[in-house]
Amino acid sequence: MSTPLPRPKKKDPQKRSVAATRPPEMRSRAAMHLTAAAAEGRLVMQCCSECNELLYPPRDACSNCLSTDLSIQDIASGGQLIAETTIHASPRLFFRERLPWRTGTIKLDAGPVILAHVHPDVTKHARVQVEHRLDRAGQGVFLALPEQATPHMEDEPMMRELSANPKHRRIFLTDAKSPHAPALARALLKAGASEIYAGEPESWRPHPNAAVLKDLGVEILPMDVTDEASVRKIAGEIGGKTDILINTAQFMRPGGILSRGDTGFARDELEINYLGLMRLAQAFGPSMCARTADGVNSAVAWVNLLSVGALTNAQPFGAFSASQAGAYSISQALRSEFRSAGLRVMHVFSGPTEEDEWYQQLPPPKVTSNALGRAVVDGLERGLEDVWCGDIAKDFRDRFRRDPKVLERELTMGEDGA
Amino acid sequence: MSTLMDFASNIANGKTKVIDLTHTLDPDFPVIVLPPEFGQCARFRMEEISCYDHRGPAWKWHNISMSEHTGTHFDAPAHWISGRDLPNASVDEIDVKNFIGPICVIDCSDGANQNDDFELTVDIIKDWEAIHGTIPPNTWVFMRTGWSKRKGMEYLNMKEDGPHSPGPTPEAVRLLVEERDIRGFGVETVGTDAGQGAHYIPPYPAHFYLHGAGKFGLQCLCNLDQLPATGAVLLAAPLKIKNGTGSPLRVLALVDNE
Amino acid sequence: MTAPESYDGVVLCAPFSTPYQRYSLDTAHYWIATALRGSLRLADLSPKDLDGFSVSSFTLFPDTAVGLTQHLGLSPRWLDSIPMGGASAGVAVRRAARAIQCGDADVVACVAGDTNHIDSFRQLLSSFSRFAVDASYPYGYGGPNASFALLTDRYMHEFGATREDFGKICITQRENALRNPNAIMKKPLTMDQYLNARPISDPIALFDCVMPCAGAEAFLVTSEDFACKRRLPYAKLSAAIERHNAHHSDHIQLRGGWTVDIDTLWNQAGLGPSDIDLLQTYDDYPVICMMQIEDLGFCAKGGAADFLRDKNLTISGDFPHNTSGGQLSAGQAGAAGGFIGMVDAIRQVTGQANSTQVENAQHALVSGFGMINFDRGLCTSASILSTGALA
Repeated sequence: MSTPLPRPKKKDPQKRSVAATRPPEMRSRAAMHLTAAAAEGRLVMQCCSECNELLYPPRDACSNCLSTDLSIQDIASGGQLIAETTIHASPRLFFRERLPWRTGTIKLDAGPVILAHVHPDVTKHARVQVEHRLDRAGQGVFLALPEQATPHMEDEPMMRELSANPKHRRIFLTDAKSPHAPALARALLKAGASEIYAGEPESWRPHPNAAVLKDLGVEILPMDVTDEASVRKIAGEIGGKTDILINTAQFMRPGGILSRGDTGFARDELEINYLGLMRLAQAFGPSMCARTADGVNSAVAWVNLLSVGALTNAQPFGAFSASQAGAYSISQALRSEFRSAGLRVMHVFSGPTEEDEWYQQLPPPKVTSNALGRAVVDGLERGLEDVWCGDIAKDFRDRFRRDPKVLERELTMGEDGA
Repeated sequence: MSTLMDFASNIANGKTKVIDLTHTLDPDFPVIVLPPEFGQCARFRMEEISCYDHRGPAWKWHNISMSEHTGTHFDAPAHWISGRDLPNASVDEIDVKNFIGPICVIDCSDGANQNDDFELTVDIIKDWEAIHGTIPPNTWVFMRTGWSKRKGMEYLNMKEDGPHSPGPTPEAVRLLVEERDIRGFGVETVGTDAGQGAHYIPPYPAHFYLHGAGKFGLQCLCNLDQLPATGAVLLAAPLKIKNGTGSPLRVLALVDNE
Repeated sequence: MTAPESYDGVVLCAPFSTPYQRYSLDTAHYWIATALRGSLRLADLSPKDLDGFSVSSFTLFPDTAVGLTQHLGLSPRWLDSIPMGGASAGVAVRRAARAIQCGDADVVACVAGDTNHIDSFRQLLSSFSRFAVDASYPYGYGGPNASFALLTDRYMHEFGATREDFGKICITQRENALRNPNAIMKKPLTMDQYLNARPISDPIALFDCVMPCAGAEAFLVTSEDFACKRRLPYAKLSAAIERHNAHHSDHIQLRGGWTVDIDTLWNQAGLGPSDIDLLQTYDDYPVICMMQIEDLGFCAKGGAADFLRDKNLTISGDFPHNTSGGQLSAGQAGAAGGFIGMVDAIRQVTGQANSTQVENAQHALVSGFGMINFDRGLCTSASILSTGALA
């Protein structure tokens, strides 16, 4: 695109909102292994472990040696566009509404031949860079981009459908008091967000973020995720303008189960981290789902910031980890409940963060708010579903995937005794 | 007619006014905030069970949650360490006749208007008594400050060194408790002690001395400006919570209508 | 590879086509039954005389050939289902021929038919094949139009064919169709109309695409003895080949399975391309017609556009091609699109083609292609029919 995507005009209130339609969702189980990789932005192929043949489309036995020992491998992203077509007729509503749509045959440097979405800036028969993204049905698809990035490449309608780009979108941070709120606001504004709202609980208590956010032009609204009426009220006011919701509300205290001595802080952890998320979803979910096809600034993503303790319980934050596990499970439920509307649920996992004072006693590496902000923006720009921010998060992920039981053991070691 | 019947008809005909000294219990009302490592006072929350809908077609109701010390509330002697060993120290054991009684209102609004940390001192009490007479035993004493009119952040008025709101000096409390034998102390702020009360010796002297002597506290009162300095009668009965240290309640004052 | 036995003694007869209908409220069962009855009547046979039955259909679900036996009151000792789309007829005759030769059946009815409801096409696409679901439809859901557009794009790039070259095929088939009373298309087609047609999926436009409709085609396979005894006009099966998933390492499909076994075809028939009087290619898209013309040996790979340039592809021309008008002009009745060439070829070599008759048609080459599983057609077949007994 030679000109950047212009800021959308105000919506005509007399017009019906376009309902969401989706690309086809059906995939075989083997193909969903590719989707799982696309959720993290990884370009992969199925590979035969016995003869190393790369197999595409994904299948259940190697077409070279008939072995059923198949795995998923990351591959190089280069390829050649060897044939293309621009579709002008499709019986599938999603594509019908977005014609013409360019698609092509790519010969990957890694070997296999794939079909892919082709960016309008790719010249005929050129070399391409292939990316693996999730489409609006939440399934993995290949995207062929020009080898060198072109100006405003991300602004193409095709790219807007294959991402949750914050550019020109209105974003709601659910807790202005989160230590990460200022950095998130900065990162999102830099990425082109048109408006940022932030919910502020307990306005009767001062907090340092208020001035900072105000300076950034963030609109502060009173909202407490533990107060059902408050959440509904704000959802009633801005739910129809929330294109991306980032849940920054979090309550955390150190302590395992026994050391706490009571359930007081645990109740707060559940109230905010678990029930708060549920209240937000009930209040904001329907309006966001109704607007996923609402033009340039359609509703597009729900972002949860989670501790890696969600994956497996991590002391000395045992009780907090439990609340994160609950929040994670709710988010997974939301994935199924938002799926038909095409609303992406993105998890950004991190280990201990620098700005969160309760992590003070844990050793580095810690994730800074700026890094978290960059990870959120990058995840939205690439339409990711699972983002692992920082070394600890990646380490947890890798160990968990290798063997969750071994990781559980590693994290629950006792003290040296007799 | 009996005294009680006269009393009832006086309320009905407006000869006796009923003043509501209670803040509405709502989720936005501030509660006391302690250092983050300590257990905190729950805010008032309401969850709808149903609202004439599929969850309950012909009725509306809520589940509510709060601390004993949320909103306009009563402090029992069991609330403070100094009162822990006293008999009848919890709300369910206090003799109910204590929930009705006369009120003396000491107006500190001018002072509080000019100084967030305004102190109720022995001198102020003595000056008040010079006009209105000695405070009788078993009376409620209210410190009127106008603080109930403050909204939002100005109510707790938290600065970098903690909250700043008016309250009594240790000497003033000792005078009221040990020499005047008052029944209880009531305030418009979130605590019977001053916002900076932690810095007195002993810390939080109002709680310390009041509850140590089996006396009561009332917090987050409002409309004290509608009460005469003397002559109003208080109705303040906390919930009968087992081993409770206090409860939100409806605080009413009866005043002769002149 | 072993050289296959000849098909001596095997004949094809009783070619029957139902009229085609754009949309139909009736079922595939209805259309198949209609074609079967028509074919049996031509041979003066009743269903009881049938002991072999071969079915090709996309819209029979939840039934298969099995359900049809009870539905139609048949009790065959030989039953087959050929789910190979446009290659089905060529495969059906090979199966039926061997059954006849070995005495596993005396008369085999080969039938292909489909209905076409308003939503049939979309439903057919939605679960066409696993690879299509996983790796093709998510990319624009253009269906076979998009898939063949990609092949056409590459073919044009590699071999320099132009849209006009493809247009010639479509236009001449339309001319042929105008002589076929059963054809769905009734108006002539000009090059101008062809070139300026509504784009479907570049470079494919409206007249490069078949029109899906409802209908059925049928013929009988039996022994020469049987046909002679009943004085039925019949065609001899001079040769037949099939091949599936050929050249799977090719990055993109520019050639089909015919190239692998083409020598077998000509050797079996004892003929060469110059002996062929009419060619029925599987014409889902004109690019595939060109591919078949090359792969069947009429010219070198990539040379079809040049080869056709000076040829007349009409019924009365020097290279009669898709004499019924083919699917592009007669219509594609689902799986029957894979039979239309075979059924018309039987008529041609037995002198029963009436208004579409190619003069002195003695040898016909019928080519089949089908089942685009992901990015290429997997099934190919080819048969050579020769005059046995004229009508």
